[in-house]
Amino acid sequence: MSETAPPRTPPVVAHPYAFVGTEFDPHRSSPDASQADASGDASYGRLVVPGEVDVSHGAILYLDSVTVSFDGFRALNDLNLAVDDGELRCIIGPNGAGKTTMMDVITGKTRPDAGTVFFGQTIDLTRMNEVAIAHAGIGRKFQKPTVFENLSVFENLELALKMDKSARKSLFAKLSGEQRDRIAEVLATIKLTDAAHGPAGRLSHGQKQWLEIGMLLAQDPRVLLLDEPVAGMTDQETVATAELFMSLRGKHTLIVVEHDMDFVASIANHVTVLHEGSVLAEGTMDVVQNNPKVIEVYLGR
Amino acid sequence: MTRTSLFSPLGWTLFTIIVVLGLTMPLLHVFAPEDSAFYVSAYTLTLVGKILCYAAVALAMDLVWGYAGILSLGHGLFFALGGYAFGMYLMRQIGRDGQYQSDLPDFMVFLDWKELPWFWVGSDSFLWAAFLVVAVPGLVAFVFGWFAFRSRIKGVYFSIITQALTFAAMLLFFRNDTGFGGNNGFTDFKRILGFPIAAPETRALLFALTVAYVAGILVFCRWLTTSKFGRVLAAIRDAESRTMFVGYNPLPYKLGVWTLSAMLCGIAGALYVPQVGIINPSEMSPANSIEIAIWTAIGGRGTLIGPLLGAGLVNGAKSWFTVSFPDLWLYVLGALFVFATLFLPRGVMGLLHKLPLGKMNLAKNRKERKA
Repeated sequence: MSETAPPRTPPVVAHPYAFVGTEFDPHRSSPDASQADASGDASYGRLVVPGEVDVSHGAILYLDSVTVSFDGFRALNDLNLAVDDGELRCIIGPNGAGKTTMMDVITGKTRPDAGTVFFGQTIDLTRMNEVAIAHAGIGRKFQKPTVFENLSVFENLELALKMDKSARKSLFAKLSGEQRDRIAEVLATIKLTDAAHGPAGRLSHGQKQWLEIGMLLAQDPRVLLLDEPVAGMTDQETVATAELFMSLRGKHTLIVVEHDMDFVASIANHVTVLHEGSVLAEGTMDVVQNNPKVIEVYLGR
Repeated sequence: MTRTSLFSPLGWTLFTIIVVLGLTMPLLHVFAPEDSAFYVSAYTLTLVGKILCYAAVALAMDLVWGYAGILSLGHGLFFALGGYAFGMYLMRQIGRDGQYQSDLPDFMVFLDWKELPWFWVGSDSFLWAAFLVVAVPGLVAFVFGWFAFRSRIKGVYFSIITQALTFAAMLLFFRNDTGFGGNNGFTDFKRILGFPIAAPETRALLFALTVAYVAGILVFCRWLTTSKFGRVLAAIRDAESRTMFVGYNPLPYKLGVWTLSAMLCGIAGALYVPQVGIINPSEMSPANSIEIAIWTAIGGRGTLIGPLLGAGLVNGAKSWFTVSFPDLWLYVLGALFVFATLFLPRGVMGLLHKLPLGKMNLAKNRKERKA
């Protein structure tokens, strides 16, 4: 650590696996638990601060040799992928390449048969459930827009808002002025201020996509996984979405799965091509588009 | 979103009128002369009291089915458990006035038992009985719900298991040697807290308590469902996995509302038994539990008021049909259910909202929600 580093909770020197994911609780930062090792051997050199994602090596998400099979079909086949903190990464690939399965693995919906998924240096996502992963700071937008249809747009955002989400707290939860402002801000960003008090089920397909993106923003995760975010949007909406994503880059890490190549070209500086469950090519859009293997996979169909 | 008030002004007015009317009935039963037009007979009072207990069950059902999307086909079990817990207290209140003049309930003497089974120890205490009324259904629901929800059992599978649960319990309670009075259940009650159970004043008080209970839980359920907790329930109902990715663990929410619903049913059962005068295993029959779902569906689920109306309408119709055309009732019930499903997807409440008065009510609600 450099001398300029600000003082923070007592650092723990720990093995990378010391942080057991399933016990992760973002509401409880526990400096006490770390006292025991505070004077320990510094030669391991890795600082574990509960509730913080360690991106000291630059990457926020590592998938290491991840394999998932469904009835013998390998949806992911020894997949290796690293995404840098603050990056906007686009992932493309033909149908069945494993894009959605990859998101399922990252968010805890599917457990990999083999391999590890690390969030930062210290958090092993394969040991956590969906809820813990969401609290750790990974948000997800589904391929088919999924909003709470019978609740109003405002209420959808209210539920997504970053706060204590335990059942007991929800009984008496009241929105603070700050939280209201935050919701109003998100509503403005996703251009749904006028529709705020109508049921989300009545929104158009494109608007639902936006609401779901808005819910992600309200959740304020470190990493946003976006599965086909512009499907069903008008050209105008697509352009606006591209602008929104560009503005989020740096503050958040975005991983976008998309079929719309124009959209991908307009936002991505780094593209990963998946094919048959593993990475086929990676690089800038130009490099990838001119890669003979990629051309074969896309044109061969 | 914001919680301005639980009901619209019109809603509160109707609520007050209905509660006052409900509390007038027992007064008329006690004080109006028997030959006056205002006299409420013991038969009417018992019938309406019974329907009110069913209405409370329908409300509890709506909480889990309408709001959390969990269709229980075993809610009759929780109702009966509450009824049995309180029924035993009433059995003990008989004292030595039973047929065999024993301290033990008659059915136990008949089986030649010398002492109470362990689980009925303390059942002569009103407070202990009142505790069991809430605790037993609550515990059964909690343990069952814990395993079911943790294993993510949902939809029709969950419904079938609840149906099997109530059926298994019914078989258990039917047996003479399990200590629940077998086929006949508990009956021939004489006193409650020392007061004669069939006296007009006692009936009136029990009825008034039931009215207060239904009114109370209506307000409580309304509060619960308009809280953020209620909105999370609706979110789980509409898109459970989305709710998880947003960061809510569905288990405590589902388990909480499920257990609460069972407890509400238990209290309804305890109010039912002293008014109707009997509790037996037929209350746990699968058909009974299905009927509870039908009241809720016909009334309109997810509306709280609807299931109250549904329970009233269906049971009112039932008591008329079973007297006039006893053979036809089950066909009528089936037809009602099919009709409601096909033409009234939102039940009687959906129909009411189409009427001018309903529209006014709805508009008021909307305006308030925006404010």
